[in-house]
Amino acid sequence: MYTYDEFDRTFIAERAAQFRDQVARRLSGELTEDEFRPLRLMNGVYLQLHAYMLRIAIPYGTLSSGQLRKLAHVARVFDRGYGHFTTRQNLQLNWIKLSDMPQVLEELAGAGVHAMQTSGNCIRNITTDQWGGVAPGEIEDPRFWAEILRQWSTMHPEFTFLPRKFKIAITGTPDDRAAVKVHDIGLRIIENEQGETGFEVSAGGGLGRSPFIAKVIRDFLPKQDLLSYLEAILRVYNAHGRRDNIYKARIKILVHDLGAERFAAEVEEEWAQIKDSYLKLDPAFVADIRSRFVYPEYETLEDDPAVLKTALSANARFALWHGNSTAKHKISGYAIVTLSLKPIGKPPGDATSGQMEAIADLADRYSYGEIRVGHDQNLVLPHVRQQDLPALWKQLDAIGVATPNAGLITDIISCPGLDYCSLANARAIPVAMEIAQRFAPIEKAQSIGPLHINISGCINACGHHHIGHIGILGVEKNGREFYQITLGGKADEDATLGQLLGPAIPYEEVAGTIERIVSRYLDLRLSADEIFIGTVTRLGVTPFKEALYALH
Amino acid sequence: MRYIKDGVAVADPWVYIEGDEPVPPDVPAIVPPDWLFAAKADAIASRSAPLGVAWPNDRPENELVPYLSQLALIALEFPVFRDGRAYTQARRLRERHGFKGEIRATGDVLRDQFLFMARAGFNAYEVKKRADAEAFAKAVHEFSLRYQPAGDGGRDFRARLRNA
Amino acid sequence: MGRKAMVSPLQQKIRVSGPVVVTANRLSDGAVVYLAKSGLWTQELGAATVLWSAEEAQAALKAAQSDGLEAVGAYLAPIDASETAAQPGNLREFIRIGGPTFALPSAGPQRVAA
Repeated sequence: MYTYDEFDRTFIAERAAQFRDQVARRLSGELTEDEFRPLRLMNGVYLQLHAYMLRIAIPYGTLSSGQLRKLAHVARVFDRGYGHFTTRQNLQLNWIKLSDMPQVLEELAGAGVHAMQTSGNCIRNITTDQWGGVAPGEIEDPRFWAEILRQWSTMHPEFTFLPRKFKIAITGTPDDRAAVKVHDIGLRIIENEQGETGFEVSAGGGLGRSPFIAKVIRDFLPKQDLLSYLEAILRVYNAHGRRDNIYKARIKILVHDLGAERFAAEVEEEWAQIKDSYLKLDPAFVADIRSRFVYPEYETLEDDPAVLKTALSANARFALWHGNSTAKHKISGYAIVTLSLKPIGKPPGDATSGQMEAIADLADRYSYGEIRVGHDQNLVLPHVRQQDLPALWKQLDAIGVATPNAGLITDIISCPGLDYCSLANARAIPVAMEIAQRFAPIEKAQSIGPLHINISGCINACGHHHIGHIGILGVEKNGREFYQITLGGKADEDATLGQLLGPAIPYEEVAGTIERIVSRYLDLRLSADEIFIGTVTRLGVTPFKEALYALH
Repeated sequence: MRYIKDGVAVADPWVYIEGDEPVPPDVPAIVPPDWLFAAKADAIASRSAPLGVAWPNDRPENELVPYLSQLALIALEFPVFRDGRAYTQARRLRERHGFKGEIRATGDVLRDQFLFMARAGFNAYEVKKRADAEAFAKAVHEFSLRYQPAGDGGRDFRARLRNA
Repeated sequence: MGRKAMVSPLQQKIRVSGPVVVTANRLSDGAVVYLAKSGLWTQELGAATVLWSAEEAQAALKAAQSDGLEAVGAYLAPIDASETAAQPGNLREFIRIGGPTFALPSAGPQRVAA
């Protein structure tokens, strides 16, 4: 992971000091709320239903154990002892006072943690694959490029007052765990015919009110041109993105209105002016960043060590968890371990300070001090020796992060919804918990197989419901919570938007409807090998429509 | 309103010409675009004082390219501080077209945007609030470092800021 | 509890039909507050000024919005006036008073609100 040096630490400290001054000027009335709002948003400070919310940046989802401990500490001292991991790999704390924010940011700065640009009409946290650097078949670690983009986009003099927010995602493997196709800019690291690695660049993806799949605007971009090309895209957007209507201000609307070809041509024209400028990546700069991107010194180990094999045959619960929550690592003898933050009966994606500290300790012992945050709102220990898995599992189980449901129906991705968020029209978390309760027995979830449910409490789609195998969108009708169900969405390299199943259903009927949809699937699937999304893709949504109506 | 030029609060020598008002040739004058495009070459050449133009933020700044050698000032606009189109206009004028004259920020010009403006190529500001004008030096020195290069000097990433 | 429309105020046009109160968040700590009879902000819904007509509601809201120093994000929240004391008029307002509708992940507040 990237180690902050004095430059990075000084920058964060200066930013925290600037915000301290801005808060003081707000509290004294020198700044109006209108003038202050974008400034606080650019430091991650939202005003929510009950309180302020702080969205802390976890750049490309990578944390050191020291940083995770600092998050735990801040949550405990300044908040209510827990945090929520988001679909963009950030952490949200829901109860912090504005008057405490400067001190919170200074504390975080001490661990190299910040909240820069996690909100506002600027370039946001660059998200990526939570398995970056360790996934088998990876062409290159996308996090390295995410760090370069982070530096390029931080306090950018031209792109800090964009028409709207700007989200970039990058993947380094053919299987896309970063949902790049539903981002404003999506980058895929690829190899061309000459064997060079570079980027396929897509633009204009996004969810929300008007969801779009991004269009490829450049098949192959050499690495050295990454920043000049992105600068050209942002410049075209800053100049031509709509400013008259916030619902039409994202780049996806511009790409859609111009058409991908014309948009790409505008970018190329702008790019031609700047591609040979100082933005062409200097090998010395790239080498400097690489030198601080440290990887573990892996041991030379064999796969399937005896201690693991013994534990698998001796302990069925361990075997179940191992089959679900560990994945193959690019280095033999190691494993990628998912820590489920979706225990049955608890709000999805949350962790207490105590859990965070325990996980930090486990990361030190078993994962070279490193933790990852996925956009599925689960955590990952990315460098675990297979021989340590039995001992690690016991400890993960003890702190409640070993529910073996990764990727299953109870691994629900949910936005905070009306219980927290001032934008929401309906609740999302209790819906998630009720659904999880109906499928609680692990054998039941296992027999259903991989099934991604995404829930959003309003049209802004922070739960990414458009790309869920089952998507649930909360709406409001006459003071009551209703939910629209979509089927067939996909977040991966084959990104697809879900299709509406039928009219919205009331809160009380959602869990039952999901049960009926699942029953239908179990009836219709060709075999247990055809997972839910496969059946929906094969048959469409029509066979599932009857699930909307309670059978008597 | 306070006028800051090259980091110092000074009296503004420029006069804005609105609509069809006559443009005095012996006073530094900021004219509307229409006057500039309609003016005959000798009307500009015979001036004894500099010429500037007030340019809206929703019009391509490259329309000014044929006139850059005759202009000493371009006033760009922030109708509301959140509307950042003038940052792009300023950078293109400075970096692509090599404009060396005054680029002035007008409109909703507030303290917390000074540093961005300075880095984007602005060197003059019509500052809305007196307190902001007085804090100009402090504001542009809030950061000693910058990550990305821009046209404000230095080709390297991760460098010391050259402050306005 | 009432069943008034609760589309997020950030996503709706202002309409008044039935009793409302002016509500906002306290600037310093984000706590939910209501505009009271004294013209000050209170955390107690029971102490809030109930407004019955569109005119007085809009006037109170306008005055509240111009005070950016103590409270921010003011809007009109419906209340249920059928009981002796005002009750929240929809689920959203109910949640703003009582917090999320499920047990929070860890034990209660770490610091008592001022």
